[in-house]
Amino acid sequence: MSAFVGKYADELIQTAKYIATPGKGILAADESTGTIGKRLSSINVENTEPNRQALRELLFTTFDALPYLSGVILFEETLYQKTSAGKPFVDVLADNKVIPGIKVDKGIVDLAGTNGETTTQGFDSLGARCQQYYKAGARFAKWRAVLKIGPTEPSELAIQQNAQGLARYAIICQENGLVPIVEPEILTDGDHDIKKCAAVTETVLAAVYKALNDHHVLLEGTLLKPNMVTPGSDSPKVAPAVVAEYTVGALRRTVPPAVPGIVFLSGGQSEEEATLNLNAMNKLGVLKPWTLSFSFGRALQQSTIKKWSGKKENVPSAQAGFLTRCKANSEATLGKYAGGAADAAASESLYVKDYKY
Amino acid sequence: MSAYCGQFHDELIANATYIGTPGKGILAADESTGTIGKRLASINVENVEENRRGLRELLFCTPGALQYLSGVILFEETLYQKTADGKLFVEVLKEGGVLPGIKVDKGTIELAGTNGETTTQGHDDLGKRCKKYYEAGARFAKWRAVLKISANEPSQLSIDANANGLARYAIICQENGLVPIVEPEILVDGPHDIAKCAEVTERVLAACYKALNDHHVLLEGSLLKPNMVTPGSESKKVSPQVVAEHTVRALQRTVPAAVPAIVFLSGGQSEEEATLNLNAMNKLQGKKPWSLSFSFGRALQQSTLKAWAGKEENVEKARTAFLARCKANSEATLGTYKGDAARGEGVSESLHVKDYKY
Repeated sequence: MSAFVGKYADELIQTAKYIATPGKGILAADESTGTIGKRLSSINVENTEPNRQALRELLFTTFDALPYLSGVILFEETLYQKTSAGKPFVDVLADNKVIPGIKVDKGIVDLAGTNGETTTQGFDSLGARCQQYYKAGARFAKWRAVLKIGPTEPSELAIQQNAQGLARYAIICQENGLVPIVEPEILTDGDHDIKKCAAVTETVLAAVYKALNDHHVLLEGTLLKPNMVTPGSDSPKVAPAVVAEYTVGALRRTVPPAVPGIVFLSGGQSEEEATLNLNAMNKLGVLKPWTLSFSFGRALQQSTIKKWSGKKENVPSAQAGFLTRCKANSEATLGKYAGGAADAAASESLYVKDYKY
Repeated sequence: MSAYCGQFHDELIANATYIGTPGKGILAADESTGTIGKRLASINVENVEENRRGLRELLFCTPGALQYLSGVILFEETLYQKTADGKLFVEVLKEGGVLPGIKVDKGTIELAGTNGETTTQGHDDLGKRCKKYYEAGARFAKWRAVLKISANEPSQLSIDANANGLARYAIICQENGLVPIVEPEILVDGPHDIAKCAEVTERVLAACYKALNDHHVLLEGSLLKPNMVTPGSESKKVSPQVVAEHTVRALQRTVPAAVPAIVFLSGGQSEEEATLNLNAMNKLQGKKPWSLSFSFGRALQQSTLKAWAGKEENVEKARTAFLARCKANSEATLGTYKGDAARGEGVSESLHVKDYKY
């Protein structure tokens, strides 16, 4: 058998295609309890379940923003949470044609003998967990692999382990009805130039797609969530058009046309930077057989969280800010973003050295 | 470095792109002396240099044919041959807007411990040879790897050895200014169905593109020459539509968009079959970021050879047949072929030879 054709094949293809609808993208709201705690503490809000629930309710009930989203990635706790009126979040999303997704990895662990490289864990009972998430309403999943650029990194071991891990995760998802988002993030940390990032990105993506083929993953029922190709964090910035050229060039060399959509992570980019780069990619006049969209976490929420600051009276203005970013990124997927959605908060770099989720 | 960016970078991209021009394709006229001998024998013509030269002149000087061709693959002997008037074939081709190509492999040899599987040789001094060929006017090259489908084939060894061999050949070509045509032919021999062929084709192509990436091959300056995805030779035939669907899907799953063109081999298909299948692919709706064209040997020359039969007085008749096939395949690259070229003699004749050896 070449690619997996189990009972979910048609549904997987449909779902992946829908998520890749031009004009829409993904809100990555799957911060683990620990990570969301950091966000909340940055606005002096206590990391309690009601506060986590309140933040997500703020986002998911920004009804004018939902048409710009095809999916939202959730953390397990959130999958089972409800609005203050008692309506399950997954229902709110589904009613507004936003597909719920679920983070299924269990974080990264060090690879012994390497210079701080990691692999991702979460395979134990993954199939059973996916089944459970499917029952709860999830229709896609996400698993984050992390690589870094250094004098001897990424090592062959790190590339192979992470590619294999992503492929194994992907096929297990498909066996259980979830579209796997394949995320091989190459961190921006470092003083390397954009060419180096391009070379590493191409090597990593080639290994990932070889592994997906080896594991019989149905590419038409998957999505890719890669880093954009940029200079390292300690290197001078370049124009969005340059980011676009290198990024699209790398993807054209490695991502088979069967993949319906590519949804970029934002890494440490500011909200505005991420939007401008995505826009430049969609304006590029070269042939792109997959849609190019967003799966942003910080780059969609940063200024919204600041505006909210945990206060009920700030919800409307926070939601207005969230709508602005969603609309801007929607336009960027069509190459139509004209700028102007950036206030000071939106231009703030979200880069954290050696970022740990 | 991710991909080759040496002195020939821009030229390789320009030439590969040109070969993929819609409406054009490749004539594979690179039969080795032994192989062309078989063709000539089939029409009772002696296998001597003058006859080999005469056949190629017949083809390359067919009025109106070169407009349908972006390239012609030559055997080494032919690269240095001339028309009866003393004009180099490579000049004739260049003037007609056709890039000369050169077969650079030295045939297949068995992989010990396998069930008759092979790898391809020809890497020794390949760089030097490519340089020489470039000087003689060649701008692209071809290297044929062969795999087969059976109970335990293709084996992982065969896939890895052939993929690695193709990648090594490809980068050496690029270092010396020749666009490499990457040809991983999976033979049609066998009773397997089209799904099996699709599965094997996807595995083999995935391995090829991983190897090309490992070897830093510039995909934008390369071409792919795969088999179409069809049922095995001992299996029931299917319609061109079905061949098209399976073939395009296999390519969508494995061939990056950076590759400018895919030029199919015809295997044992008849002239008409090959054209109809190519046409169906170009009519198919769906994502095809590479152009889909032809690199046909037998499927462009079969009826021409028959019409010629080695006789001077038949040259015009033979040229008419050749022009008809060129035009038909040109239309097939545009999805506009209506089937009218099928009236020639021998066009529907299967060209399958079991366990075909070049």
